[in-house]
Amino acid sequence: MAELTYRDAVIRGIAQEMKRDEDVVFLGEDIAKAGGVFKATVGLYEQFGPRRVRDTPISEQAILGAAMGAAMTGLKPIAEIMFSDFFAVCFDYIANEFPKSRYMTNGQTKCPLVVRTGNGAGSRFGAQHSQSVENWCMMIPGLKVVAPSSPVDVIGLLAASVRDPDPVIFLEHKSLYATKGEVPDGEILDKLGTAKILRPGKDATILALALMVPRALAAAEKLAAEHGIDCEVIDVRSLVPLDTQTILGSVAKTHRAFSVEENPRLCGWGAEIMSIIADEAFYDLDGPLVRITTPHCPLPAADILEDAILPTVDRIVDRIRKTLNS
Amino acid sequence: MLDKAKTAVNDDIGEETRLKLFETQVVIREAEQRAYDLFLQNLVKGTSHLSLGQEAVAAGFAVAMKKGDLSFCTYRGHAHTLARGVPVEKVLGELMQRDNGLMRGKGGSMHLTSEEHGVMGSYAIIGAHLPIACGAAWRAQYKGHDDVSVCFFGDGTTNIGAFHEALNFAAVWKLPVVFVCENNLYMEYTPIADVTAVPSPAGDRASAYGLEKIVIDGNDADVVYRAAIKAFDKARTGGGPSLIECLTYRHSGHSRADPAKYRPEGELERWKERDPIKIYKERLKQFGVGDAQIDKIVNGVKAVVDDATEKCKAAPNPPMDILTTDVYADGGFAWRN
Repeated sequence: MAELTYRDAVIRGIAQEMKRDEDVVFLGEDIAKAGGVFKATVGLYEQFGPRRVRDTPISEQAILGAAMGAAMTGLKPIAEIMFSDFFAVCFDYIANEFPKSRYMTNGQTKCPLVVRTGNGAGSRFGAQHSQSVENWCMMIPGLKVVAPSSPVDVIGLLAASVRDPDPVIFLEHKSLYATKGEVPDGEILDKLGTAKILRPGKDATILALALMVPRALAAAEKLAAEHGIDCEVIDVRSLVPLDTQTILGSVAKTHRAFSVEENPRLCGWGAEIMSIIADEAFYDLDGPLVRITTPHCPLPAADILEDAILPTVDRIVDRIRKTLNS
Repeated sequence: MLDKAKTAVNDDIGEETRLKLFETQVVIREAEQRAYDLFLQNLVKGTSHLSLGQEAVAAGFAVAMKKGDLSFCTYRGHAHTLARGVPVEKVLGELMQRDNGLMRGKGGSMHLTSEEHGVMGSYAIIGAHLPIACGAAWRAQYKGHDDVSVCFFGDGTTNIGAFHEALNFAAVWKLPVVFVCENNLYMEYTPIADVTAVPSPAGDRASAYGLEKIVIDGNDADVVYRAAIKAFDKARTGGGPSLIECLTYRHSGHSRADPAKYRPEGELERWKERDPIKIYKERLKQFGVGDAQIDKIVNGVKAVVDDATEKCKAAPNPPMDILTTDVYADGGFAWRN
């Protein structure tokens, strides 16, 4: 057992898989000699060499296209897109190529690859380097979409993603890179499509993802201490596949559900989950399904503004308290 | 005695290869013409993009390829798919969206794929497959395999970003990939020259990526074949990528919806004088192949296409049980538990 940052967990996860399987290769901008702009790939170039850890030009289409061609023909590439906002310049691969090739070819084409990317706000980078784009990916049949919130989940879910036979979008939260957590020694392998109950509770279910997970946990502690409301906090972790059984099981117990989403409101991941709850657990509910999200607005750069636009601990506490007391 | 005469005049290409080049072109011509006829009968559904007039490019490259070499095609990919030996029935079946099609109707005309023949997909988003071909070539380089990835695209592709990203990427990584631009003078309806800063849309871009400018007669299968062999040798020996622009012309419109009324008068007729199949029949005769043998090849191909057509007409529609299969690797489309 050791304490590891989320950033170092990325390095350990990639290294674990590259050591295990010679077919795992890694490409992206500034990932090799420079160790990544977020320093989340430091040492991999030194450990695995220029053949397996390769710097690319600033060519996001070439990066993802090359990853796909390599995956189709036998490698297991990990591709990095530096900021998830850049998905917009290579979205053809994410929306049209990776996820449709198997279906269109009646099962001939395989695409076992992982796209790692820095997602989310908190770095004061403004509207084009701070977005949470999980919903861009979640809506596309054929993709899997994963967003870990802790170092141990980074390693376990990254390993599961690399070993998965489908294309996986792996969203690392930029504001979590410096956070720390306990990580066991030895190989770590988790399972996609599994949510985690991080805090059991009986009065309400809070569903959260990535950076919103620690905020949901902090809000739950505050609600318990100050308002006597006992919340169950679920880290959704994997949007596709989605662990609806854990979520529906929790709602059956608490009869209330809240989502805490960093993505802008319209068509956020919580909307899909809430529709499932409404459809399949309506008679378990004692109140409205409530989504706590960033508003339908681009993200501002200034710290004071960015802090105000994302769901905060206080906003989560306030919204849950008011909903339960009404 | 005739055999002796033929041997005497044969050159670096040789008769066996020439007959293969001819037959491949005829397969494409007959199958594409049949696809057009079936479209007029409303039996080819959706869209289709024919390569009538461009047969020499597909044949020249495919015949030069070895087993294991990989083809990456565009939505105008019937020709390249057929040229790798995919049965006519499988291609026509897919165009007719029947259960006997290459992908059982799940992909359609624009996505012909037969990995067992090295046809690694037909891509309907302009430029998408150039980086993908780079990736396949990277795998060959990484694993020490000696196969070449060959990526075909039209002149219009040379103005999209992925073209330039892929060319630079392939050159920097020295990948065993050959980019083949079929310059048929028109993107869809607009002449490529009207919207491109340089006269040779591919050739004049080569120097930007440290590559040789190669512009060839794409209607002469011998010329194409020789250029292909040279580029493949370079790729297999670690020399990196090539970009080859083949000048050719499509006899039909862009897609089935296009009557091609934008062509200047006489242009089609002038190009038909340089019909690749006409050129190649003359070539075979120069090298001593008689009319009887030529007719035998043509008639053999026609019989195959006729037989395939009947089989496709008789084939059932795809069954409903494949509707949601193969979305994910587990064979299904489940996204939740």
